Amino acid sequence: MKKLAHAPHTIALRLNGVERSGECEPRTLLSDFLRYRLGATGVHVGCEHGVCGACTVTIDGAAQRSCLTLAVAAEGRDVTTAEGLAPVGEQLSVLQAAFRRHHALQCGYCTPGILMSCTDFLKREANPSESQVREMLSGHLCRCTGYTNIVNAILEAAATINAATAGKDPAGPEVDSQRSDAGSDV
Amino acid sequence: MPGSTGPDCVIKTVMCADYNNLAAGTPRQIEPCRIYRCWLTSTQPIGRQCDNSDYTPGKSNEYRNTSYRALAARQRAQACPTDDVVVNDLRTSVKPDAWVGQPLERREDAALLTGNGRYADDLGTRPGTLYAAFVRSPHAHARIKSIDMTRALAMAGVRTVLVGSDVRDWSRPFVVGVKQPMEHWCLAVDKVRYVGEPVALVVAQDRYIAEDALDLIEVEYDQITATVDVEAAIGESAPLLHEAVGSNVVSDRQFAYGKPDAGFASAAHRVSLKVLYPRNSCTPIETYVAVAEFGSDGDYDVLSNFMGPFSLHAVMSLALKVPASGLRLRMPRDGGGSFGVKQGVFPYIVALCLASRKAGAPVKWVEDRLEHLLAATSSTGRVSDIEAAVDDDGRIVALSYDQLDDCGAYLRAPEPATFYRMHGCLTGAYRIPNLKVRNRVVLTNKTPAGLVRGFGGPQVYFALERLMQRIAVELNLDPLDVYRRNFINSSDFPYQAAAGALIDSGDYHAALDLAAKQGNLEQLLRRRDAARADGRLYGIGFAAIVEPSISNMGYITTVMTREARAKAGPKNGAITSATVSIDLLGAVTVNVASVPHGQGHITALSQVVADVFGLRPNDITVDVELDTRKDAWSVAEGNYSSRFAGAVAGTAHLAACKLRDKLAVIAAAQLECDAKDVVFSNGNVFLGQAPEQGLKFTRLASGPHWAPAVLPEGMSPGLRETAIWTPPQLEAPDEDDRINTSAAYGFAFDICGLEIDKDTGQVRIDRYVTAHDAGTLLNPALADGQIRGGFAQGVGAALMEEFAYRPDGSFASGTFADYLVPTAVEIPEPIIAHLETPSPFTPLGAKGIGEGNNMSTPVCIANAIADALGPDVDPEKIVLPMTPTRMIELIAPAETPPADFKPTMAGDGERFSTSGSIDIAAPLEAVNRVLHDARALARVIPGCRQLEALGDDRYVGDVSLSVGLVKISFHVEMSIVDEEPMQRIRLSGKGVGTLGTAEGDGRVLLSRTDTGTRLEYTYAFTLTGKIVAVGARMIESATGIVLQQLFQRLGRVASGRAPAAGLWRWLTRLFGRKT
Repeated sequence: MKKLAHAPHTIALRLNGVERSGECEPRTLLSDFLRYRLGATGVHVGCEHGVCGACTVTIDGAAQRSCLTLAVAAEGRDVTTAEGLAPVGEQLSVLQAAFRRHHALQCGYCTPGILMSCTDFLKREANPSESQVREMLSGHLCRCTGYTNIVNAILEAAATINAATAGKDPAGPEVDSQRSDAGSDV
Repeated sequence: MPGSTGPDCVIKTVMCADYNNLAAGTPRQIEPCRIYRCWLTSTQPIGRQCDNSDYTPGKSNEYRNTSYRALAARQRAQACPTDDVVVNDLRTSVKPDAWVGQPLERREDAALLTGNGRYADDLGTRPGTLYAAFVRSPHAHARIKSIDMTRALAMAGVRTVLVGSDVRDWSRPFVVGVKQPMEHWCLAVDKVRYVGEPVALVVAQDRYIAEDALDLIEVEYDQITATVDVEAAIGESAPLLHEAVGSNVVSDRQFAYGKPDAGFASAAHRVSLKVLYPRNSCTPIETYVAVAEFGSDGDYDVLSNFMGPFSLHAVMSLALKVPASGLRLRMPRDGGGSFGVKQGVFPYIVALCLASRKAGAPVKWVEDRLEHLLAATSSTGRVSDIEAAVDDDGRIVALSYDQLDDCGAYLRAPEPATFYRMHGCLTGAYRIPNLKVRNRVVLTNKTPAGLVRGFGGPQVYFALERLMQRIAVELNLDPLDVYRRNFINSSDFPYQAAAGALIDSGDYHAALDLAAKQGNLEQLLRRRDAARADGRLYGIGFAAIVEPSISNMGYITTVMTREARAKAGPKNGAITSATVSIDLLGAVTVNVASVPHGQGHITALSQVVADVFGLRPNDITVDVELDTRKDAWSVAEGNYSSRFAGAVAGTAHLAACKLRDKLAVIAAAQLECDAKDVVFSNGNVFLGQAPEQGLKFTRLASGPHWAPAVLPEGMSPGLRETAIWTPPQLEAPDEDDRINTSAAYGFAFDICGLEIDKDTGQVRIDRYVTAHDAGTLLNPALADGQIRGGFAQGVGAALMEEFAYRPDGSFASGTFADYLVPTAVEIPEPIIAHLETPSPFTPLGAKGIGEGNNMSTPVCIANAIADALGPDVDPEKIVLPMTPTRMIELIAPAETPPADFKPTMAGDGERFSTSGSIDIAAPLEAVNRVLHDARALARVIPGCRQLEALGDDRYVGDVSLSVGLVKISFHVEMSIVDEEPMQRIRLSGKGVGTLGTAEGDGRVLLSRTDTGTRLEYTYAFTLTGKIVAVGARMIESATGIVLQQLFQRLGRVASGRAPAAGLWRWLTRLFGRKT
């Protein structure tokens, strides 16, 4: 029994659109597997008991706590993390750009998880009210911002996405012109 | 909607610096200036891209018109007759179109939003790095009898175990500011003094194995009665934490300034209040991380998310018995929140250094959340007796504090700084000439206290501002009149407070008016009237706080007597370093010794430095990583005491000015003009108004690298300038114990309107207004971020957050399900207003703003609750956090529980009880037989590994249960204490395990039914030790299920069937950890 628990398994999954695989024990948490095996360090671990939400990823499009998920349960699944949110060729997605515009993050540690919950949420709720956004956000703990800027960013992102979907706004996703060496901030 | 109305124009004459003359070493010239702006923060999108591709030199830029400054100008234009408007930008060295003052987007964010942060746990480790896990004390107070690590060391993958004897051999106890015979080592060496105290450290090849091995380390303890309550701890009979001290009071200092006794003797009124400030923390979402390596030269190399104060570097080096150069400390670019709390990683750094030495390999540790809540750090709990001598119209003549600080089990640096950080400004925002203070530092069996945002402020203002509310109530005065009559007048700045604070600048009356107007206080008062007429509980509270920033290294020596200080030598200042350099292609880099945890240092510093060189913020590279072996740093530095805006950004400005002045001399030679006429603007360097005849900045700035021989005569080569600054106002405590505790003092005036739900006790904040004066704002969007964050933490402290301890010292807040942190649904948006009276004592006129609301919000909400509850509620019953349960106790009569069988409970631990009944399809005799058969019982009790009968009525055995995050193994002794055969059995028992102890008592009633036997049970038990921390709610519900299942199994065994394991397996899965 003990031996079986420690026998390494090879897990293959799709991470941010790329087929990836790595070895882990059956007891390895998905958060640890993504961070330390696959290098997705945008997955942050804040509590390891499912309350803080920092480790949230989407699995087949649904937001899930990667600290409460075993890596073996992600075999063959489609996993997305904050690293995979921006459209190809863009630095930031509409949602990410709205977060920057609204100062919706400070230390940024809880942010990747919030972005993943929002991504799932905005797909299900294209036109959310502020109270719906706050309700969704209540699954995440942020100790820096006091939340309001996050709420404003999400509402604005929803409006932008809606307008783009309706073909009213030609602006499309925000292109980052902040730095010429897009992608590396320092 | 905030922002829809304009503010009053507030035009006052204040003193401020002439910033042209603020190059390092230049005497400061003070001249009269004006407040040049006040505004209300809009909740609309605020940031614009910091890219200025649309920038047209010399022209007003559209995006700037959307900024705060334009908003303020519009508001001024709307609100004030033009004749009265004087808009006077006092920062004469800062151009009107400066980057400083713009609410730019953050340069940090692109990386953080895409998962590309570089937090401590994201950085690579050396091959062969091992991982650590700590064995922690389950007891609040006990002697360590023995530690057996044989089984752990035999486990595959375990490399070594560090214990107290190693620590004694290789290190020294931590130095502390109070001389007493007490020792604090990085691991417990003889006694444990709080639940969660590190006792041993397992080093293994991975974290999972290290944590597995924790269960195999057997520590034998002799328990001692714990001292938990701080007031009990000072009593004669209290158990002593450090016997050699002879008392739990490790420092007792009394101070008198002015003539307090005369003030009290002659006062028309005396108003007093006793208040408690609880233990809580801002709990950053990123926990502690450290990687340590022992080098072959006997030195240590550490990477950690430690953020300072760097004075603690000396504490660590001394503990490790190396010179400061023997401890290389590296801190990463990104920190996942600190709020002061990351300071508490330092003892772990020392433990990991020693573990690396023992293991012969680098050792890494990432703290988990239970460890963090249990044992990382805590704000200092305080009991304050505060009293004011007041005249008839509410003027405070004298003030007295008698304060007890609950610093936990060890006085750990920088404690007892919670007291002394605030000491100079204990009289707050008021002109109070007479003050007396008694400060007692008390140790209790709790986690050592340390830096938590606000540090000292929440404790002081919870007493002082509650007292202000009481003065208004007891003298039947309008609270705003009490404030106005006591405030320091704007003409009095710089104002020396009774205990020594030199309060630099401000206009408290204007800030109050601004808050009242922007918050529409009139409307709130009408709402209160209407609600009260309706029978609802609506209240309005106020708070005025002076927010110190840039701590004086000397303040901690106020804890010493004058004689002891003289012997120890002076300590003072707030030394700050910044380096600005230009590379060989002419680009500018700034390096500072402040380790950001989300405050936007990179953004703000690039604004400050871009202004100096006439560049764009994106042209500036900001290096906020710190390597103590390579970078300029000193004792007072680090990310604490709100020192960034005033000290760090100011010093970066000074360094940039030094370098710019050097470049100006070089340019002057090429432009054939005087250096003072050289202009740096829009990426060009030119003479006067002629940019077209100038030089490209990059060309000018790269030249000295390639051709040092053509530098003007006498100029030293190189383009790297380090400025080192300390405010001269920060002197050591004087002969009379007066101490200017901080370099700058901001101000906040808050108003809160709230309603308490009479049925649920829930507090609903209707409106929260916070008006701040933090001097010059470098980036108002960053400043507002600090306000919103501090406000949210203040709401948490007011209504939700507390580290709860049981009377036996067990910790009861070990998960985020027990330690409640506000979420998006609990935090309303505050109305923020700003006033700027620049500090004359900091290079840019800036002051700290990050801690104000941690100081003002808890007490402002408490005052509003006091106002809502009215005069019938004892003001001392308003205790933080004001949870619905506490509120209900104050507004509704207590319910008496139905009387019935009450199991007798021993001990002071966490109590649980459960009862129920179950029908068993087996005859009563069979059930009774099982209850008396050890082997049968062993099959019945979930998790029972073995059970042995000792005589007829006693059993001993081993039981393992998984609840929440923790697997608990108990060695159990049970006995039948009372029995009426075939009818009633009473079973009592005690279990002792690695995570604490359990004591239980219960009764089983048996009766015959048509189908077999009915079994009714009533059980109660107490848990003590670490196990309590994982969640009372989970234990309670889990216990119900476990007992239910136990009796089902009893039925199955009694009726001759095998016990079903399904439910238990399901439970184990549900609550199990990494098994």
